[in-house]
Amino acid sequence: MKKGTLKQILLLTDGCSNQGEDPVAVAALANNQGITVNVIGVLDDDQSEQPDGLEEVEAIAMSGGGVSQIVYQKALSQTVQMVTKQAMTQTLQGVVNQELKQILGEKQTFEELPPDQRGEVMEVVEDLGETCDLEVLVLVDTSASMTPKLSTVKEALFDLSLSLNARSGNNRFSIFCFPNKIKPIQKLMDWTPELDGISKVFPKLASGGITPTGPALKEAMYQFGKKSLFGSMKHASEPYEETGY
Amino acid sequence: MQVNHTKKLVTNLKRGTIIRGKWNGTKYQVIQKLGEGACGVVYLCERNGVQAALKIGTDSSRIITEVNVLKTFQKVQGKRLGPSLLDVDDWVTPDGITFPYYVMEYLRGTELASFLRGKGKEWLGVMMLQLLTDLEELHDQGWVFGDLKTDNLLVTTPPPKLRLIDVGGTTQTGRAIKEYTEFYDRGYWQRGSRKADPSYDLFALTMVMLEIAYGSRFERGAQPKQTLEKKLQHAPVLKPYRPLIQKVWAGGYGHSREMKRDLSSMLSSPAKYKAAEMKNTRVSRRKEAEKTSFASAEAIVIFISVILFYFLYSIVAW
Repeated sequence: MKKGTLKQILLLTDGCSNQGEDPVAVAALANNQGITVNVIGVLDDDQSEQPDGLEEVEAIAMSGGGVSQIVYQKALSQTVQMVTKQAMTQTLQGVVNQELKQILGEKQTFEELPPDQRGEVMEVVEDLGETCDLEVLVLVDTSASMTPKLSTVKEALFDLSLSLNARSGNNRFSIFCFPNKIKPIQKLMDWTPELDGISKVFPKLASGGITPTGPALKEAMYQFGKKSLFGSMKHASEPYEETGY
Repeated sequence: MQVNHTKKLVTNLKRGTIIRGKWNGTKYQVIQKLGEGACGVVYLCERNGVQAALKIGTDSSRIITEVNVLKTFQKVQGKRLGPSLLDVDDWVTPDGITFPYYVMEYLRGTELASFLRGKGKEWLGVMMLQLLTDLEELHDQGWVFGDLKTDNLLVTTPPPKLRLIDVGGTTQTGRAIKEYTEFYDRGYWQRGSRKADPSYDLFALTMVMLEIAYGSRFERGAQPKQTLEKKLQHAPVLKPYRPLIQKVWAGGYGHSREMKRDLSSMLSSPAKYKAAEMKNTRVSRRKEAEKTSFASAEAIVIFISVILFYFLYSIVAW
């Protein structure tokens, strides 16, 4: 199998979308274009019960072919890297499943193989997970209620790059936030292999009560396209020269 | 997630439930739940009067990954690393849902902390030495244990032997650590990467020692490096091990063998041992002993043996 690039959107939010298109539909669209959408719902550490609207977290991830998790701030770092890796395995397994179907017939999937063969397939999936290239677009909800959580988010994202950069494959990250007064999303960090510069990127301002998750996701989808078009011209010889700003 | 709903079906299997393999047809009777991890539940089971541990889960890929690791360990000649693998199969519940599982040897033992409770200080060192012996074997085979923590250690008796259980984090050297727990992760403490190398495990081992010393895990705070250093200084039990632990933190050990050698010579050196044990009587001597670094102790040994060798040689030649 060819070594490919996995594309993921990681959405970090703490509430329900309330403006624009349905994010669940947009996530399905993204998934259809080969982008996995993972969603993490962040709770306050003193929040005793799940607030209304967080079911959306699960629905978006499901239709985006990704993984979802609702966590307290405290567990954010470990969750972010786990969700990302889990989604990678899931996607790669999906790819392998497709291949299996082609070879062994429509009904044959990973789960239906005898354990021994499953073990061999899993080794292939693991190899792919270690070596494939990965692009993660982090989309952070920076609406008012998220503001106090942003320092934890920063920490978790730095931790994510630590985990992913331990792999042999290449990684590229970019960070966007929403809502924004003029555009659906605002670029905080351009595509970069490391998240070292992350401490400087988050804006201090809170942007009121609207949460247009759908439009933000849609705009995020196009960032992959833009980049590869841009990338194919600029990075023909030195694919990982660019480090953002 | 859908997984969470189906997982509930296997988290509380009743005593007496029969799990029958879809592929091999082997039957196991559930006795009781032993524990629950991120990717599955472990039950004590019985088959033909023999007890075994059965791990059942919903995530087929993770269960199979663990099976792969256990299989690799079976191939290793001689020493046994981790519990031995007995069976791998799927169970189709009466409702028609399929759950993957594997069966392994049931290790009856006590947690490290409760084993050490009430025992002399020397036991911590002995247990760590045993752990290093297993790690050495593992590292030689090209693996890193990864998720090394007190939950994954068990002391079986008699004789007391520290065993590694739960191989979920075991990773091939050079790859990204598969699974880790923050408290034991050197990345979390800003002491290095999450790439699997032998020193990753050695760092986790020092954290096991710290957890044992304090009886619990602690937060890293705003300055992780300083927090660690402080915790080490304030743990009297760890005093004799300080130079060793600090060397691990500084990345001074590339292989478990080197650390094992240092720990072993420290534990078996009578002068230092006395010094560590007899706190009040021989303060000055203890300080002296601590100042002597392992490197210089080694140099002395080499020096003496060279002289001895020369001496013998000259006698023979003469």
